[in-house]
Amino acid sequence: MSRRTRHNVLPGFNLAMGYTLFYLGLIVLIPLSAAFIKTFALTWAQFWGAVSTPRVVASYQLTFGASLIGAAINAFFGLIVAWVLVRYTFPGKRILDALVDLPFALPTAVAGIALTALWAENGWIGSLLKPLGIKVAFTPLGVVLALTFIGLPFVVRTVQPVLEDLESELEDAAASLGATRWQTFVHVILPTILPALLTGFALAFARAVGEYGSVVFIAGNLPMKTEITPLLIITKLEQYDYNGATALAVVMLLFSFVLLLLINVLQWWANRRAGRES
Amino acid sequence: MAGATTILTKPVAGASVAIDVQRNRRSTEEHPAVKWGLIGLAVAFMLLFLIMPLVTVFFEAFRKGVGVYLAALSEPEALSAIKLTLLIAGIAVPVNLVFGVAASWAIAKFDFRGKALLITLIDLPFSVSPIVSGLIYVLVFGAQGWFGPWLQAHDMKVIFAVPGIVLATIFVTFPFIARELIPLMMAQGAEEEEAAIVLGASGWQTFWYVTLPNIKWGVLYGVILCNARAMGEFGAVSVVSGHIRGQTNTMPLHVEILYNEYQFAAAFAVASLLALLAFVTLGLKSFVEWKARAEHEILPLEAPRT
Amino acid sequence: MFARRFLALLGPLAATALLLVAPGAARAQTTLLNVSYDVAREYYKDYNPVFVKYWKGKAGQDIAVNQSHAGSSAQARAVADGLEADVVTMNQATDIDLLASRGLVVADWTKRFPNNAAPNFSTMVYLVRKGNPKGVKDWGDLVKPGVAVVIPNPKTAGNGRYTYLAAWGYALRQKGGNEASAKAFVTALFKNVPVLDTGGRGATTTFAQRNIGDVLVTFENEVYLIQKELGADKVEIVYPSVSIRADNPVALIERVVDKKGTRAVAKAYLDYLYSDEAQEIAAKYHYRPVSAAISKKYASTFRPIPLLTVEEVFGSWAAAQKAHFADGGSFDQIYQK
Repeated sequence: MSRRTRHNVLPGFNLAMGYTLFYLGLIVLIPLSAAFIKTFALTWAQFWGAVSTPRVVASYQLTFGASLIGAAINAFFGLIVAWVLVRYTFPGKRILDALVDLPFALPTAVAGIALTALWAENGWIGSLLKPLGIKVAFTPLGVVLALTFIGLPFVVRTVQPVLEDLESELEDAAASLGATRWQTFVHVILPTILPALLTGFALAFARAVGEYGSVVFIAGNLPMKTEITPLLIITKLEQYDYNGATALAVVMLLFSFVLLLLINVLQWWANRRAGRES
Repeated sequence: MAGATTILTKPVAGASVAIDVQRNRRSTEEHPAVKWGLIGLAVAFMLLFLIMPLVTVFFEAFRKGVGVYLAALSEPEALSAIKLTLLIAGIAVPVNLVFGVAASWAIAKFDFRGKALLITLIDLPFSVSPIVSGLIYVLVFGAQGWFGPWLQAHDMKVIFAVPGIVLATIFVTFPFIARELIPLMMAQGAEEEEAAIVLGASGWQTFWYVTLPNIKWGVLYGVILCNARAMGEFGAVSVVSGHIRGQTNTMPLHVEILYNEYQFAAAFAVASLLALLAFVTLGLKSFVEWKARAEHEILPLEAPRT
Repeated sequence: MFARRFLALLGPLAATALLLVAPGAARAQTTLLNVSYDVAREYYKDYNPVFVKYWKGKAGQDIAVNQSHAGSSAQARAVADGLEADVVTMNQATDIDLLASRGLVVADWTKRFPNNAAPNFSTMVYLVRKGNPKGVKDWGDLVKPGVAVVIPNPKTAGNGRYTYLAAWGYALRQKGGNEASAKAFVTALFKNVPVLDTGGRGATTTFAQRNIGDVLVTFENEVYLIQKELGADKVEIVYPSVSIRADNPVALIERVVDKKGTRAVAKAYLDYLYSDEAQEIAAKYHYRPVSAAISKKYASTFRPIPLLTVEEVFGSWAAAQKAHFADGGSFDQIYQK
């Protein structure tokens, strides 16, 4: 896998790569393989029975669908937030900057309870939406809301350093060549930050897929309607069904792996293209 | 593109990047209406998704008055939970920092096959449901796990003790710093480092004086994110902790137990403290930023000082 | 330079942290670990010092009792996976059955302590909004159209399980009641459930803070905690005509007490739960005591209602679990089209 081509002047590849693979194997791959091996205790029929009932399939749709929507919302608003935090000065900016990481620090259950308190029909926001006929808490919208919340820091924090690093000369050059601000953004800025944006999207999505703590408070958890896959994993564990639980976990893991790989290949390609254009 | 321009505009010895942004770019500024529109949008989004939930947390925390709030935080079990949480973050964050820097160096500065696959493997812990993240360590180290009998025979504890909590926390925060640095270092390219090497710098010198100053904001954001998540993680930790009062209970677990005992205000009080702890790292960031700027004014070329 | 200083700061921090981990295992004093479910923390917080004092007087030995609380089934899993509990104090027999099946607890654990090894118990009651606007009196009222009932998910919460079984038992006892009518009754009941929270606590929040539902069905001992937290002016308690007995069973973890040499003190810890002193603490936390004397003393607190037991209605916990809450069981069938 390690075939160096271009930057062979730089030292440290073997050390850095060796350490990376060692640590990755120790912390992630070996323990994760335990889940796969546990699943092998099931026959194929048992495995398929556990992961393909209509109720489970409905939960996949909700989990992955809501995660994608949540990540997309985060990509859009996260970019704006990162842009505003890097490029502009305005009162309260530092506080805003400080708040971005909040969704990670709050235990997920607390986040779930706080969000439900706000968006339930008797909450501060929910009561405003009620006359409009919009219900958020205890509907799939609530799931999207919770997943947006917990993935919010990713896009902001991956785009922010790249924006901070961006050279203004390029923009100056584009402007002096007569490009409008929008053209400069689309053709100069966006290609540079696209890899980071995609990374943020991928991470927000990945995090949302596995999320449990905050969602169960706002989802309502009705089977076929608002039941997420991680909850089904828990219900299997409650019956001491370790094999069934790991079977579901493995299916989710494979799904996420393929989606993440797609995003990363896309990003690698975007990066290559950006590199070649110069 | 970005790489090629960096070599044009920046001299080798790591001129600070953040300062560049401050430069005048009148010709490339947005129309004020666009600017304030964007600010408005960002603020509205944050208000809805971050500030309101935070206000709710503090509102609930102080619902029963300041006395209950302070009592909840000074309870011995709360204090030991706070200590344990700080300890866990104090181990997990540096360990992942070293990994993050090594991984991003290998991935961003070199070309090799299977790069996207490797990055995806690094991302993987994010998509694992927290409960499953804990469960896999139980499967490995539990009484019926791979190493369980051996550990029991030697009277060593991994899960249901501090090492297990540390491992689970490292797992869930594994990708943060690496994933923060990879896109940043990719955007920067390797030309500066190559120039330094060509000019005779050693590998470590290149890393310390060229790479690190360039990625410091990325490192900082990564550390902040990683730290926040390390302190706030509940699901994975709850599976491996054993929930022993005063010994293996972290702050999020303590919050959960208070909540389940109908001590709503106390639960939110501890949660609000967690939120505040996350802000401490941001205070640190502001301080470092300020310090870096002040230093830059005195010493245009950063010299290593104690 | 910032970055270097930053790393220089983190290094020693990590080293110190690792040093702190190393000790901690060795402790001279005898300690017991009581692994328990989550609402019982306050009760055992009061009981532990009482027992420590009693044991000091009886055996002249100083001991310390550590507690661990979380969801009952999750705790049973942790003990099965190696959490070194001397004793377990659960709120459901299935959790101890699991440990018995793994050989951690003796097979006839229910015979090792009086009263099926349950020193106290609770039951399921209703919480309704002040004035009981929907006029909810009994199980039959819960299935009426327009009545919203908040019950947590029976697959993840003990509350939900007991409520489900109580409703099933009630339906069986009605005139002409049989398996089919009981199933229809429980199906109608869960059609009236707007939100299936994962735990009893979440269900309480939904009912009390979100103002969802007309009735919350929960454990009697938790009802008082809820009233204390929310104020008695918002909700009132309704006792149905019949409910179910929710025993809080206890057991010794054989392997651990043998290894640690704590068998005598651990057994005494559980035995003393039946003493009048401990029974009174239980009553104070609204667990129904099993001691006749203490029951009499608190007769005004605990309204006498007929209580079904899981064993008499369903044969055993294992059978109830398999028929109703296992995957594809009667509860899952409610939600299948």
